[in-house]
Amino acid sequence: MKKDIILAGVGGQGILSIAAIIGQAALNQNLHIKQAEVHGMSQRGGDVQSNLRICSEPIHSDLISLGRADAIISLEPMEALRYIPYLSPEGWIVVNSVPYINIPNYPEIERLDAEFAKMPHVISFDVDAIAREHGGVRTVNMVLLGAASLILDIEDTKLEEAIGDIFGRKGDKVVEMNVNAFRAGREAGKKQMKG
Amino acid sequence: MTDKLLLLGDQAIALGAVHAGISGVYAYPGTPSTEITEYIQENPLARERGVRSDWCTNEKTAMEAALGMSYVGKRSLVCMKHVGMNVAADAFVNSAMTGVNGGVVVVAADDPSMHSSQNEQDSRFYGKFAFVPILEPSSQQEAYEMVRYGFELSENIGLPVLMRITTRMAHSRAVVTVTDPSDVNPVSFPKETSNWILLPVNARRRYKEVLAAQQKLEELSETTKYNSYKKSGKKGVIACGIGYNYVMENISSSDERTVLKISQYPLPVGIVRDMFDHCDEILVVEDGQPFVEDQLRGILDCTGKIKGRLSGDLPRVGELTPDNVGAALGTENGMRYDTCCTVVPRPPALCQGCGHRDVYEVLNLVLREYPDHKVFSDIGCYTLGALPPFRSIHTCVDMGASITMAKGAADGGLFPSVAVIGDSTFTHSGMTGLLDAVNSGANVTIIISDNLTTAMTGGQDSAGTGRIEAICLGVGVDPAHVRTVVPLPKNMEQIQQVIKEEIEYKGVSVIVPRRECIQTLKRKAKKQ
Ligand SMILES: Cc1ncc(C[n+]2csc(CCOP(=O)(O)OP(=O)(O)O)c2C)c(N)n1
Repeated sequence: MKKDIILAGVGGQGILSIAAIIGQAALNQNLHIKQAEVHGMSQRGGDVQSNLRICSEPIHSDLISLGRADAIISLEPMEALRYIPYLSPEGWIVVNSVPYINIPNYPEIERLDAEFAKMPHVISFDVDAIAREHGGVRTVNMVLLGAASLILDIEDTKLEEAIGDIFGRKGDKVVEMNVNAFRAGREAGKKQMKG
Repeated sequence: MTDKLLLLGDQAIALGAVHAGISGVYAYPGTPSTEITEYIQENPLARERGVRSDWCTNEKTAMEAALGMSYVGKRSLVCMKHVGMNVAADAFVNSAMTGVNGGVVVVAADDPSMHSSQNEQDSRFYGKFAFVPILEPSSQQEAYEMVRYGFELSENIGLPVLMRITTRMAHSRAVVTVTDPSDVNPVSFPKETSNWILLPVNARRRYKEVLAAQQKLEELSETTKYNSYKKSGKKGVIACGIGYNYVMENISSSDERTVLKISQYPLPVGIVRDMFDHCDEILVVEDGQPFVEDQLRGILDCTGKIKGRLSGDLPRVGELTPDNVGAALGTENGMRYDTCCTVVPRPPALCQGCGHRDVYEVLNLVLREYPDHKVFSDIGCYTLGALPPFRSIHTCVDMGASITMAKGAADGGLFPSVAVIGDSTFTHSGMTGLLDAVNSGANVTIIISDNLTTAMTGGQDSAGTGRIEAICLGVGVDPAHVRTVVPLPKNMEQIQQVIKEEIEYKGVSVIVPRRECIQTLKRKAKKQ
């Protein structure tokens, strides 16, 4: 098994907790992992991304090659499009449709939608809305991860287990809230799967 | 004990150092090196052992403290970003002259592509310059192991060892298998004490010894398991550090190329010569500057046999990627979708609610009345004041340069000459410049925008917290011209008045706008 995943978002949105959970699930299954992330300057409200690679064979490069990513998972629509040169022809985009507008020249939503319409495999929905019903904005990541679980080839039970591992320190309530958000995201994603 | 952990390269180095039995880590924060020290600060074994891990005032004080710890026989780790090496250089280069007693490993984290830096300098040049071995791990596992190996090497040869990493090693996670920790060294004093007194009479002798050791270092590079030589076809690749990963990503296991992987310098000269004789061409794959390629080509080799960044086969600037290495190796990338023209850049910005915002807003207001003004700034979050909507600052060069450049410009006739510097940058290397300004009675207005933390790098303790005004007074600034304000929208008028008065004062004045960084404030609130 091999999955090359690009996680994208805006600094402060917290893409790294998605990476941590997928990474933990992969670790629990004894898979090889490499995950490159960005710290520092770019976190101040700029674009951030992380390259996550999991594989049953040893992995060499920390970075994903152009045209090889199996998935782009993005908390923000324009940020998903930033990385499409990395997407493989059959790759999936799993994306929150809610724009994060902190720049004056943010493109019109219709133009972004038109780009997504050109892509063969997309799961796009209002992740924020689902999160609000399941614990609030803090669970946005888990809702998106739930939707991504449909295309990751990692059993959802393994991902839920990893959520338990990562949030366990914070108590059962927090784990339960995040697992519920994950499940809600998975259900919402099923309805929006295109491709 | 063996254990598998998912660690950042930085964390692997940190744990490697703790398991190597260090007694102290000395560091000043800087992307991408910061997480090394942060990990040691939280590590249970390091805490149990009482490993010193508080942040230093700057990279030079860090290097010197480590050397002192080495003097008494203990192992110490020094961490910094690449430009920190410029600050630590005096101590670093001379630590090779004194030699070490307890092992010293200096980690320099380079940032090719300048993700968070002002240049792309390659720290390997410093290692060569100081005549010390350089380690450049290719994986997180190697990083973990090579730290301990580095301490042993350092003690065996009596020299500090430089470990050079780049952003993608520092900030990438992988599974690392860890082993049993070593004990901490007992206190012991150097046998050869005259080495430590670099009077010319000792230094001349010692320099010869350091030079004489170079052959031994080359031999070690030929036998170390971290350098590997697979002699095969006539096409060759020399792959340094993480460059090796990008090569392996692009070639199959049955590939016929001759491959020399380098993770320890000086270059293994014998192997490199053998490879040169054997191969028709050699591609040098190294992240950062063409350090190896230039050594191999010099200015006399016109055979065209050595390829790399200088020959144009790899880009001259920017970090290596699997794609640019693939292109140099002749593999085609699988790109299907072009860059999307709808996408626009999203530059970083000061946080909403940040005190630096209020400082720039009011500063702009005052300086509108002085069209000839210039604002010399510095390095930190507040450098973002260069971007819209503020566009308040005119320079950002190196840490501490704001105050000294403002002084020089004032000396040259500029009025008003304003400096804007952060609290951590001020204690890093701004306060010495303040003494210069005071001594010459320079007509400068210095704003120390104090958010009580080192925010840019993630909120580490700032060395002068609570003592900024005391430091200014101690340096000799007139107490009437050390003014503290609270940068909040409601105080704008008052701050405007203060800045105006101090600009009009003919001499050194310091204004300290103080309000806690909203990121550290949020984090504290979360914890409670
Ligand atoms: C010599 C050197 N060391 C470290 C850094 C990394 N660095 C850049 S800004 C900064 C901290 C600045 O802190 P402060 O002056 O308090 O400003 P703040 O970011 O908190 O606004 C650091 C450590 C650097 N650029 N150069």
